[in-house]
Amino acid sequence: MAKKLNMRKRYELLTRGLGWEPTYQAKEKVFSNESYEGIKITDWSKWEDPFRLTADAYWKYQAEKDKKLYAVMDSFAQNNAHLNLSDGSYVNALKLFIQGVSPLEYQAHRGFARLARQFSGEGAQIACQMQSIDELRHAQTQIHTISHYNKHFNGMHDPFHMHDRVWYLSVPKSYFDDAKSAGPFEFITSVSFAFEYVLTNLLFVPFMSGAAFNGDMATVTFGFSAQSDESRHMTLGLEIIKFLVEQHEDNLPIIQGWIDKHFWRAYRVLGLVSMMQDYMLPESPMSWKEAWDIYFVENSGALFNDLARYGLRMPKHHEVATAEAEHLSHQVWGIFYNYIHAAAFNIGLPTEAKMNWLSEKYPNTFDKYYRPRIEMWREMEAQGKRFFNMGLPQLCQVCQIPMGFTEVSKNDPMQIAYRVSEFNGEKFHTCSDGCKDIFDHEPEKYVHAWLPVHQIFQGNCGGAEIPDILNWYHFKPEDGGDYKGSADEARWKAMKGEASPATSQSNAAA
Amino acid sequence: MSLSIAAKEIKPLRINYAHIARRVGENKPATRYQEAVYDVQPTTNFHYPATWDTEHQLFDASRTAIKMKDWYSFTDPRQYYYTAYVTARAKQQELMENSFEMVEKHNLLQNIPAEVLDIVRQTLIPLRHVEYGANLNNQDICDRGYGVTITSLASFNGFDRIGMAQYLSRIALLLDENEEDTLVAAREAWLTNPVWQPLRHAMEDSFVLADWFEIMVAQNVVMDGLLYPLIYERLMAKLAAQGGAPLLMLIQFMTEWYDETVRWTNQLMKVTAAESPENAALLSQWTQHWLARLEPAMTSIASLGFGDQAAEQVMAVKQDLVTRLAKNGVKV
Repeated sequence: MAKKLNMRKRYELLTRGLGWEPTYQAKEKVFSNESYEGIKITDWSKWEDPFRLTADAYWKYQAEKDKKLYAVMDSFAQNNAHLNLSDGSYVNALKLFIQGVSPLEYQAHRGFARLARQFSGEGAQIACQMQSIDELRHAQTQIHTISHYNKHFNGMHDPFHMHDRVWYLSVPKSYFDDAKSAGPFEFITSVSFAFEYVLTNLLFVPFMSGAAFNGDMATVTFGFSAQSDESRHMTLGLEIIKFLVEQHEDNLPIIQGWIDKHFWRAYRVLGLVSMMQDYMLPESPMSWKEAWDIYFVENSGALFNDLARYGLRMPKHHEVATAEAEHLSHQVWGIFYNYIHAAAFNIGLPTEAKMNWLSEKYPNTFDKYYRPRIEMWREMEAQGKRFFNMGLPQLCQVCQIPMGFTEVSKNDPMQIAYRVSEFNGEKFHTCSDGCKDIFDHEPEKYVHAWLPVHQIFQGNCGGAEIPDILNWYHFKPEDGGDYKGSADEARWKAMKGEASPATSQSNAAA
Repeated sequence: MSLSIAAKEIKPLRINYAHIARRVGENKPATRYQEAVYDVQPTTNFHYPATWDTEHQLFDASRTAIKMKDWYSFTDPRQYYYTAYVTARAKQQELMENSFEMVEKHNLLQNIPAEVLDIVRQTLIPLRHVEYGANLNNQDICDRGYGVTITSLASFNGFDRIGMAQYLSRIALLLDENEEDTLVAAREAWLTNPVWQPLRHAMEDSFVLADWFEIMVAQNVVMDGLLYPLIYERLMAKLAAQGGAPLLMLIQFMTEWYDETVRWTNQLMKVTAAESPENAALLSQWTQHWLARLEPAMTSIASLGFGDQAAEQVMAVKQDLVTRLAKNGVKV
């Protein structure tokens, strides 16, 4: 009778001794990325694989999940279920998602492949390889889900071309390029911990609950389906941090520095999500501030309490981010209101009902600072003087968002924050202490940033005039601007029978 | 759900994403495979130099000497995107699960002659380390390679290797009734037995190759092209004839996997060689180099199962491989 093996032991035996100990080639050559960041690993075997998921079990579970997911996707398309959305303007959230988020899933796929090659311990190696292939799943299922929307709405027709070029998409792209250009331990601290563990709920919950609230069952389904992968990824994020800190005391300050940096970097990217959440969803399940309070202040607060025994503390400038929670979405939306003619999604002034919702959710800030500005813009629109900023903004050298964040934590929320650093005799501008710290720590890295506005001035973006640039982005005239009066709005009305078919035909042809 | 909306009102604006339409046309609907792979990889305007490779951009076609006008000229004949891949493997793993259950339940290994099982222990089980090394090589291709049609396939291939390493481990556990003696002995043999050293040495040398396409050739074309037919076709057939037939049930995944793998490696070689005489020459040069390197390594391990017929067996699989490559435009 064969001896019984529990899951843990069985998994251990199946992967027993697979880690490679080179003898014909130098270990530093075979695993060339493992030491240059200064992280010290004394014993990879101390890494306990938290999932113990064998390849065959993985295939089985994932195939079952995808069978269900694609069944929903197919029936969604077949039934033209986009007609069940709360409103056509909801689709703008998906535009932001396919342009800004799906390409990051792909980047993560490739980044984790590097870790799966470069980590010499088989436990972490296999975990990274699983995450790598999961991330490919996420990119591809998102492309397939949103493919149906692309057939019926504008702005989603060329997302990967856009991601490599468009000014506001350089915010998420540069964030991921930042992690990907770093060594493997910084990459995993950035993506698995700072992003997947600490902040992922602030990306996925807003998008997925927004989808649920607005009748987008296709997106809800891929969101939920990805969730079971995400929980593995979050576990990896936490395990790797604990493992690295336990391996050697010299690792602690390095890891803390990366947590500080990538927290701030990711937080700035999430500014786009805050706008989506508070201003772009027709029906809003929760405000950015509410999400921040639950997922960051409470959950991450508890997390860092637990991590205190490892010597880790809350990320630097977290209190600034918390103070900004009452301002962030309004400021980011304000920036986009100025430049929406140069974007591939639509926004517009909030309705009165939405303004009241914002007043209720932001009692300390909305009526005081942001409602008056919106009312002024509404007035201007009524007079036929819709305000667009036709100049090019100054971008933060680090997060690449146009300068528009204010001195909230200095109690001066109407004063735009500017920070300046000097490097090699040149001045570099940043939007906050968080971004300035990041720049000052590695100026030689951030001077390389592909800043869209600089690139336009240097003639690298298709020309000097806005139409040339938009053409180079592959934007079409109907992709941007206000939702009110947009091609998507006209089509939506036609689809819902609120306008004559003739109108819808002319818009379809436009 | 039924909707009474006039069809013309929900007529789509377009059928495809523009980046797909540029490849398949505006009016021809793309397959799920095409949507999943074409042009998803970033190509330009990278922000920072990679600290781990300061000579190149984050994604950079010049990490190999192979030159393609369009890195999406090659497409996977299996058309694997993630879901198609896991769906195919889920079916195969179900069969494998049944096989393991059957072999275990009926104690089918019991009546296999001890000398046959010894060869399994000595030859088959150490291959789990080869699979692990092959996984590292494929993760490397996924990391540094160019174009989603190639890199995603390397990701799947690497994942398969972990699966196969685990299946081999399960065979070892089955042989030992869940004790780890064979696993430990196989690792020891892999690390120290002279028979395995030429192969282990060659693998380590493949790990440090700068050109990822050369890794592709060394690992997925030459090494697999010799090892799989040698072990899973020839040696296992021999062992089956000597009373080890139930073993065939436990390696079914590997034999099917190799038949499937040959389909895309053939296509990749064909498309790459047809692109230019320079590419064809490189493929030919790499193939020759790794054939010369791996032939003695294979003969060494073949000696365990084939004795003095080892060289002859390796020669035969080599000939098959050379013929296959020639058909696809790679002269050796």
